[in-house]
Amino acid sequence: MSLDGSLGIRVNGEHRRVPGGISIAEMVNGLGLDPFRVAVERNLEIVPRSHLRDVRVEDGDDYEIVHFVGGG
Amino acid sequence: MTVQQEIRADTWTVAGRTFTSRLIVGTGKYKSLEQNAAAVEASGAEIVTVAVRRVNISDPTQPRLTDFIDPQKITYLPNTAGCFTAEDAIRTLRLAREAGGWNLVKLEVLGEAKTLYPNMRETLRATEVLVKEGFEPMVYCVDDPIGAKQLEEAGAVAIMPLGAPIGSGLGLQNCVTIRLIVEGAGVPVLVDAGVGTASDAAEAMELGCDGVLMNTAIAEAKDPVLMARAMKSAVAAGRMAYIAGRMQKRRYADPSSPLAGLI
Repeated sequence: MSLDGSLGIRVNGEHRRVPGGISIAEMVNGLGLDPFRVAVERNLEIVPRSHLRDVRVEDGDDYEIVHFVGGG
Repeated sequence: MTVQQEIRADTWTVAGRTFTSRLIVGTGKYKSLEQNAAAVEASGAEIVTVAVRRVNISDPTQPRLTDFIDPQKITYLPNTAGCFTAEDAIRTLRLAREAGGWNLVKLEVLGEAKTLYPNMRETLRATEVLVKEGFEPMVYCVDDPIGAKQLEEAGAVAIMPLGAPIGSGLGLQNCVTIRLIVEGAGVPVLVDAGVGTASDAAEAMELGCDGVLMNTAIAEAKDPVLMARAMKSAVAAGRMAYIAGRMQKRRYADPSSPLAGLI
């Protein structure tokens, strides 16, 4: 955690800073995404959609946020 | 049931879900999402394969597949394309289940980039784990009748042998082994990969396969929407020919006009 209370996290391999105390749903929203149209993995564990509003983002978290794209 | 009735009532069922269309199409390699959606529509497919990839967080406003192909109307079959280990495939499908909310998935674990041939040891291992976790995996595999049996015993809900390497368009190179798999299987068999044109799809169906899965043959056609229509007809024609029961082959001619009354 930094002096201003913000958290350093990784999202899809990129470093990001987010305000302390926010939920995963808020973090995903902050990226411009609808948290209920993606799947979120936090530190290699799936976070069920029903928990996205309850789980707080922690400093150092590593997230993968995925969705469906065209593929064969 | 007469053949007519059989054709009318001709559906197939995988993991308790019943479908009329025996053509599954991929959603990769299209010029645009609009073209992709038009091709899916023309193909009559009720199932499309989709990939699971990172959201582009630098540009979250990019158009989404789900805006063009409605997952409420078309069954999304998430795949594990690009996975070379059981672990990667399992991780991908856990995410897919969370994104889509269903258990029916397509498992593929690849062995090498050059041929994209399945790694059967990893594929079998991944199948076992996925089934334990409640997934219903339709499994891409080599055209090995024994390997296909092992996958079925492990809980694969469909066996999907390649007809030729992914994206090659070479057509079925292995009619004998595909037929052996069909004869031995207690779950649906679909040719997955290798189809290049309509006759290849018809051939797969004439062998008694329950369906065909293709992507590149449609997406890389000069007119993908027209090719999608051609594939729809070819799958239907091949299926009808299989149900109708083809004539026996002969080594010599047999005249079609009567010999009696010849002047």
